[in-house]
Amino acid sequence: MGKKSRIIPGFGLSMGVTLSMLALIVLIPLASLVIFTAKLTPSEILEVITRKRVLASFEVTFITALIASLINAVMGVVLAWVLVRYDFPFKRLMDGMIELPFALPTAVAGISLTSLYADTGAVGKIFAKFGIKIAYTRIGITVALVFIGIPFVVRSVQPVLEKLDPLYEEAAGILGANKSQIFRKVILPELSPAIFTGFGLAFGRCLGEYGSVVFIAGNQPFKTEITPLIIMSELQEYDYSSATAIALVMLLAAFVILFLVNLIQIRNSKILGGGH
Amino acid sequence: MNAVSKTKKSLFADTSVSKAPVMSREGSVSIHEETTGSKAVKYLLIGISVLFLFVMLVLPLITVITEAFKKGFGEYFKAISDPDTASAVTLTLKATVIAVLFNTVFGVFAAWAVTKFRFKGKKILVTLIDLPVTVSPIIAGLIYVLTFGRQSTIYPFLEEHGLEVVYAVPGIILATVFVTFPFISREIIPVLEAQGTDEEEAAAMMGADGFTIFRRITFPHIKWALLYGIVLCSARAMGEFGAVSVLSGHLRGKTVTLPLHVEILFGDNKFMPAFAVSSILVLLAVMILIIRSIVEYIGKDRG
Repeated sequence: MGKKSRIIPGFGLSMGVTLSMLALIVLIPLASLVIFTAKLTPSEILEVITRKRVLASFEVTFITALIASLINAVMGVVLAWVLVRYDFPFKRLMDGMIELPFALPTAVAGISLTSLYADTGAVGKIFAKFGIKIAYTRIGITVALVFIGIPFVVRSVQPVLEKLDPLYEEAAGILGANKSQIFRKVILPELSPAIFTGFGLAFGRCLGEYGSVVFIAGNQPFKTEITPLIIMSELQEYDYSSATAIALVMLLAAFVILFLVNLIQIRNSKILGGGH
Repeated sequence: MNAVSKTKKSLFADTSVSKAPVMSREGSVSIHEETTGSKAVKYLLIGISVLFLFVMLVLPLITVITEAFKKGFGEYFKAISDPDTASAVTLTLKATVIAVLFNTVFGVFAAWAVTKFRFKGKKILVTLIDLPVTVSPIIAGLIYVLTFGRQSTIYPFLEEHGLEVVYAVPGIILATVFVTFPFISREIIPVLEAQGTDEEEAAAMMGADGFTIFRRITFPHIKWALLYGIVLCSARAMGEFGAVSVLSGHLRGKTVTLPLHVEILFGDNKFMPAFAVSSILVLLAVMILIIRSIVEYIGKDRG
């Protein structure tokens, strides 16, 4: 594509429209975040983000997001495996259902999971018999985050598994490897970049998730209060400095995760991409 | 170009309602069957998957419907014909339509600019376009409050001209546009990238003007991707909660969208009405999933 460009008309127009819309929606708001941040002193930011309640919310948010993403990493591989390798009735339906968490508004998921997992709910009742409370605890938050994160690992592992040549598994089998050895030593290494990618994307999404979590969390300070909720309440009290300081931590975490995911994917596409 | 497409691919994988897994699924099954392990493992794994999806996805849907009709059809229709619900439906539709229109125009122009020309800073441009989906919805709301709220430098100007953004309808619409910003461009860009620029170049050299080239050559290639993007964009736009919640102020009948209306009802312990309103959103979500599958299927069929 190294030809002398601009044979095709419309560069100025399309670039102009693109940049002005981008400026209006993304760049100007982003710039105001930067400007506002510049007004804060480092000690101010540090004071806000080391408040006990804020630190507790980081703990709740990171731990629940991590556990939920780990559960999704495992279940995502199982689901992708089942969808790619097996044939059974209603497989297409199951495949289409995976995306439900993207299509269903988070608030609806939130209230529905809450009533389902509360002590009086259909699932919560069963656990309540064993003295396990789900809704209004960290377990409840994790359940909501698992719901939100389902599609990520499945959709990143699925295409890789589809392209995986069964030849290597057959070869390993002929060489005497048993099923679990084949899975661990032949299949898993091929899938691991995709699993990490899906895990990273799910983790990033879980850190920022709000709608599905606020209902089931119970929102008790120090116990089940997530960071996005703290930002929300600071905003409602017009304390923009605190809200921004906490948001910066979350943004930083999101960018680090995104950066790592991109790193893995670039490496991955170099290895797997081949001719493309 | 190669480097660009690589980064782009990785960014687009985010919230990956991807079209990648469609190909070659049917064909590969039989080959794998023998290497897949014993029947017991197969049924165990299918069983685990079905149970997991049933508990995590199907049960919540059933809950919405059963809770919505708990007190019978009469109460259900009373709840969804409430004037507050009607105004929430109107506002949600308004925000969704504007977001789809805005992002379609943006998506088409941005895809044209990114794929038909070579220029410096393309990577940065693509990253910036994708930025909104990587930001937490609450933080998206926050940056709009910082831009248009009381402490903003442009607030006096807005006030003078009677423009309310924060805690008003424009804020809700802007937030909706923001969270769905890359949804259409990122469906079109990969298609155009794969298609290359040869056809457009040939047409341009034969004297076709830009609009004709787009209409006759580019558009037929992207129409399915465009439709797919519109479906995804509508799904997200009508369901957006966090960002809209920050900018709404929750003024009943004025700045309350459907998801916010659900939140308010649920918060007031009006569970049945909350689920009745949710059932509208569930219906829309299921319709979107079906349309999505159809578009994906036809799009794949026609290339």
